[in-house]
Amino acid sequence: MAERTLVERIWAEHVIEGTGEELIFIDMHLVHEITSPQAFEGLRDTGRRVRRPDLTIATADHDVPTSSRQVPLADEIGRRQLMLQIRNCREFGVELHPMNSLGQGIVHVIGPQMGLTLPGMTIVCGDSHTATHGAFGAVAFGIGTSQVEHVLATQTLRMAKPKSMLVRLDGTISPQATAKDVALAVIRAIGTDGGTGHLIEFQGPVIDRMSMEGRMTLCNMAIEAGARSGLIAPDETTFAYLEGRERAPQGADWERARAEWSTYRSAPDAVFDTVVELDLDGLGPQVTWGTNPGQTTDIDGAVPDPAALADPVAREAAVRALDYMGLRPGQRIAEIPIRTVFIGSCTNGRLEDLRAAAEVVKGHTVADGITALVVPGSEKIKRQAEAEGLHEVFTAAGFQWRNPGCSMCIAMNGDVVEPGTHAASTSNRNFEGRQGPGARTHLVSPRSAAATAISGRLAASLAD
Amino acid sequence: MDKIDSITGTAVPIDASDVDTDQIIPAVWMKRVERTGFQDGLFAKWRRDPGFVLNQPERRGATILVAGPNFGCGSSREHAPWALRDYGFKAIIAPSFADIFRNNLPNIGLVPVTLDEASCRKVMAAVTADAATPVTVDLVARTVTCTAAGVVDVPFVIEENARYRLINGKDLIDLALDFDEQIRRHEERRPFWMPRTNGQVEPAFELSGVEQ
Ligand code: SF4
Repeated sequence: MAERTLVERIWAEHVIEGTGEELIFIDMHLVHEITSPQAFEGLRDTGRRVRRPDLTIATADHDVPTSSRQVPLADEIGRRQLMLQIRNCREFGVELHPMNSLGQGIVHVIGPQMGLTLPGMTIVCGDSHTATHGAFGAVAFGIGTSQVEHVLATQTLRMAKPKSMLVRLDGTISPQATAKDVALAVIRAIGTDGGTGHLIEFQGPVIDRMSMEGRMTLCNMAIEAGARSGLIAPDETTFAYLEGRERAPQGADWERARAEWSTYRSAPDAVFDTVVELDLDGLGPQVTWGTNPGQTTDIDGAVPDPAALADPVAREAAVRALDYMGLRPGQRIAEIPIRTVFIGSCTNGRLEDLRAAAEVVKGHTVADGITALVVPGSEKIKRQAEAEGLHEVFTAAGFQWRNPGCSMCIAMNGDVVEPGTHAASTSNRNFEGRQGPGARTHLVSPRSAAATAISGRLAASLAD
Repeated sequence: MDKIDSITGTAVPIDASDVDTDQIIPAVWMKRVERTGFQDGLFAKWRRDPGFVLNQPERRGATILVAGPNFGCGSSREHAPWALRDYGFKAIIAPSFADIFRNNLPNIGLVPVTLDEASCRKVMAAVTADAATPVTVDLVARTVTCTAAGVVDVPFVIEENARYRLINGKDLIDLALDFDEQIRRHEERRPFWMPRTNGQVEPAFELSGVEQ
């Protein structure tokens, strides 16, 4: 048999039947309040049950307010959504971590935090950034509402195996650069359609040295390169993160599981459909200047000139993006006036991210005219950060310290960027209107976001 | 889902190409948590015009929509097929559809009828001229008939899998559950370390620590 990639192995272990479009088993189904109500109603209408409530978990994240959490919520639609989610989960016996519970958080943050995300699994969620879980060597991808219903009813999905892509990251990135900068640099290099139809496996020295949190950030953004998902083979870093997590195997089971997981890697001579090698030696902090995550440049650089782009489609897109962003070709990135800074999301709302931002912020004050908020990825992260005193660092500097949720990443809950103003955001999408109508988003790392809030201009570190 | 052999009824003509899902149902309707009741959102922007075809009393009770090329393009929102179904449509005839939209229709019992451009034009003209013109979509014979348009037993295109599901009244979930035995066998051989959830709704904590 030909040597296999990690994805091929995991896929084969989950195929139930079929050729071409195969029926595959789903090991964990994550559910949030926006893409699930109609799926539960579909079950009710057809008299079906949730086949495996013990492989299903729900939380409220997209629509929850991050300021006041007094119930009942003032927002009528939000209130109905949250009440309905509680009702659905009770009726169908699904574990739920609702707003104002200790386990609540962004769906892609709480899975790994609880140890529900393990190597070799298949994981789905009605949300595109499910790829986050691939950081543990799991095959994880986003699905639509009717597929949510399908998984609830059958614990399976029918789909074609994605093509395999190896992205090998060589070199040593600069000390100022983070996993977020790596993610942006990869998309900058291969484009927002570079991974289309593929599931990307990341390998190489940059990955070997990357923390678990960083790997989640990178896999999270694999879909912004057009890929179905991203994944990284488990190693000592993975095991160290998982050991002792609430739902991960314990004791003798842990040792046995760990031994099995260490075999979850692509064969050295496995053949990938597509291979990309990038030398990231000396990579510095990145920032997006346009309206897709591929429109990225160095944060100490300048807005590119569309006229210099060879590809007519890219040129046209750049012209449109600059128009929306209100930027001129050649303008220094550092001159772009920032009004909002958002630190949070399933990309960069974990404890490591908050620590990195707090380190920059400590002893400084947010620049005049800037609204800056920190939204922890989960209630547990919020409490851990508070135990470390990070919230005091942020609030003393003039940041708002919020409750966990998706918040300004998707701007569904009322946290929005003012129209026509620029925001530095640690989230994953800089599409037109993503952070509110007319919002002009610049994606950056948590450190860069923190430095930007203090200096009042896009920056990776504080000038001394 | 109901089994469908053939559909005969009056039709509503929407004579435009590239009608996107935002025209079929505006984004504001996506905030609803229900899965039915989207009929009032169907073509909501166009219905503000009293002369719009859907507002004509003689079009009431129509079960067939006749549309232009590339119907259902744009965002893949599943609310668009729901709105068409809730309004009472059972089949959509068009020279072409956007892929995802076409694939979504049979999941809720709607028949996507891809008919050659010339026949489509004729049917469009006939049903526009007279609202009482009957149209028949025969799923078993895979043909469209609209005698007034001179279109008789003209073959149309539909994916075999979609046709099978519609004729047998099965949705994708039914098809997957046909393999219940195989799913069960897989469930029995899953590795020991696969995690489980607990089925509980976690209680809320005291709100005292929350700002504002
Ligand atoms: S934080 Fe943003 S990307 Fe992540 S799940 Fe929420 S809305 Fe989606």
